[in-house]
Amino acid sequence: MKMITKLLAGATLGLTMAGPVLAQDDPTKVGFIYIGPVGDGGWTYEHDQGRLAVEEEFGDAVETVYQENVPESADAERAITQMALSGADLIFTTSFGYMDPTMAVAEKFPDVKFEHATGYKRADNVSTYSARFYEGRAIQGHIAGNLTESNIIGYIGSFPIPEVIRGMNAAFLHAKKVNPDVEFKIVWAFTWFDPAKEADAAKALIDQGADVVLQHTDSTAPQAAAQEAGGVYTFGQASDMSEYAPMPRVSSIIDDWAPYYIARTQAVMDGTWESTDTWDGIGPGMVGIGEITDAVPADVKEEALALKDAIASGEYHPFTGPINKQDGSVWLAEGETADDGTLLGMDFFVEGINAEIPN
Amino acid sequence: MSLFRLEKRPAPSSLLSGLTPILAVLATMVAGGVMFAILGFQPLEAIRTIFWDPLFDPQFGPYSRPQLLVKAGPLILIAIGLALGFKAGIWNIGAEGQYIMGAVVGGGVGLAFYPSESPLIFPLMVFAGAFGGWVWASIPAVLKTTFGTNEILVSLMLVYVAENILASMASGILRNPDGQGFPGSRNLARDYPAASNPELIADTGMHWGVVAAFIAVILAYVLMTRHKMGFAIRLAGEAPRAARFAGVSPTRLILFCLGTAGALAGLAGLFEVTGPAGQITIDFNSGYGFTAIIVAFLGRLHPVGILFAGLLMALTYIGGELAQLMLGMPAAAIQLFQGMLLFFLLAMDVFANYRLRIGQPEVTS
Repeated sequence: MKMITKLLAGATLGLTMAGPVLAQDDPTKVGFIYIGPVGDGGWTYEHDQGRLAVEEEFGDAVETVYQENVPESADAERAITQMALSGADLIFTTSFGYMDPTMAVAEKFPDVKFEHATGYKRADNVSTYSARFYEGRAIQGHIAGNLTESNIIGYIGSFPIPEVIRGMNAAFLHAKKVNPDVEFKIVWAFTWFDPAKEADAAKALIDQGADVVLQHTDSTAPQAAAQEAGGVYTFGQASDMSEYAPMPRVSSIIDDWAPYYIARTQAVMDGTWESTDTWDGIGPGMVGIGEITDAVPADVKEEALALKDAIASGEYHPFTGPINKQDGSVWLAEGETADDGTLLGMDFFVEGINAEIPN
Repeated sequence: MSLFRLEKRPAPSSLLSGLTPILAVLATMVAGGVMFAILGFQPLEAIRTIFWDPLFDPQFGPYSRPQLLVKAGPLILIAIGLALGFKAGIWNIGAEGQYIMGAVVGGGVGLAFYPSESPLIFPLMVFAGAFGGWVWASIPAVLKTTFGTNEILVSLMLVYVAENILASMASGILRNPDGQGFPGSRNLARDYPAASNPELIADTGMHWGVVAAFIAVILAYVLMTRHKMGFAIRLAGEAPRAARFAGVSPTRLILFCLGTAGALAGLAGLFEVTGPAGQITIDFNSGYGFTAIIVAFLGRLHPVGILFAGLLMALTYIGGELAQLMLGMPAAAIQLFQGMLLFFLLAMDVFANYRLRIGQPEVTS
């Protein structure tokens, strides 16, 4: 019996791996693996908007499938494998924790293209892509530093990974620039999406005197908590979260994956897809800045928009020296800008952040 | 003044208590089908995708069938241990934490010897995994026997402690030094052969954890039917007073039931982290410890029942994933469907213990 199962498994995998000998009218199948529900209003929601944009762009020439709430555990490998077995030509795995599972499945399906968001492992049929969210964080920091009256800015972190630490550093540096007395209070939620935990974290920060709360988690729960508390400013994360505008949400960082997803799908259709490493920011439009509301003074808004333009054009890099590390050692000298390698592996806070990275 | 009444049976109907799991599955299919129809899906197609396609679909079957074992293995292993306690009226709700600690301690021992190629590494890790789970479950056991604390609360709270230890380990001392600062350990399954728990026969899903689950089923069956401890467990659950007169030591029973359940959950965690999951990550645990509670009850706390219940539960998971993938069904609908299964099981239990009477009771004067 085992032998038969084994033979069957081998045969089917073999057939699938024989590759996309697709008929002309066979639509290109594009799959998406999501960490949260498509209705999270944040991270997963924006990836799903990208999926819908692909459908809109190509109409009947594509078929999209997705699976939501896929845990970053053994379940991920199965979910990706099943998607590949279902005939997907291109699969986007949209969370960091899918890195090893994506690599493992990609080895078994050399003719399927994989795209892993926010990771660093690549192969001939695995690309990586991410957005320079820290560019948006710099603008957030600028606005937050101006707005705070208690000089305490709360920050809800998800996991202590480089992407999150980078955002904290970028926000802090730019808040500090406009308000030397500013202080960051950080709560680690150890989740990307858990409205109850996120709300608790926001309340705890507000209780500690924070009148601006930044979040690197995906739900709108912190926005709701700030609204309830009153007089607290927030920023939309991953998605615009405009239902909380003009207060507490005064602006937002929006992930816009649609142009990338459309371009990559097109590449698969044209047979020009190659393994690449993409890290785009405000300039190419992967990171958007949501409308800055009238709760922000006009001059601050103007400065923020000028900062956005400077970053978009490449004229200004959010990590420009002099910047010291938390322990006081020099990281970047006067006028020096950070290289991508250091940014991608960032595991330290900059000088002035009075908190520790949990380990 | 109602038309229907429930009348307690003198003894639970053995026919019905055997049949209730099957009736519950059927009722779930019917009610689930109605729900799927309301959501705009073809009910029969949905039910077929969940229960049939993972087994027999030519496209998915060859991959899904072995995956049933991979998914069911840890559920069965944990549920077997939990059932021992539940039979005796000892409620270990914290298997999730014991599962985590098994993975952390066992995985940690393996990582400490990286990159050794010694064949002793894996057996040592297995032992350490069982030990980690055993210690974690023994905390509520000792607190209960010494101070009379409630094991439900203590074991549950320790899940949250374990989750925080896991997060700390994954982003701290067990973090992969070559991982560019990202949390998560080295991949035991992919990058550390001596510490890996691979498929024993390719494409069968059979890894050591599944083998351990089958062995646990057999040992639990022997324990419950042939061994004095099994008798003590049953007696303590069914007639606690009689058990005391018969000389069953509650302390020994609590330590044994919680400790065994913890060790088995720890083993499940170790086999998972060295095999299907591969890495100690912040979100390593994905609810096996809680789902196993459902599996234990679905299997009527009987070892063989648990074996089937674990496979059935795995089927609804994998079938549910296929329904999402192929039919675009939302994940929440699948979770509701699984919830219905437990609901109907508990509801059907009522009929095993009670008789449904129609009409008014006869008035006696």
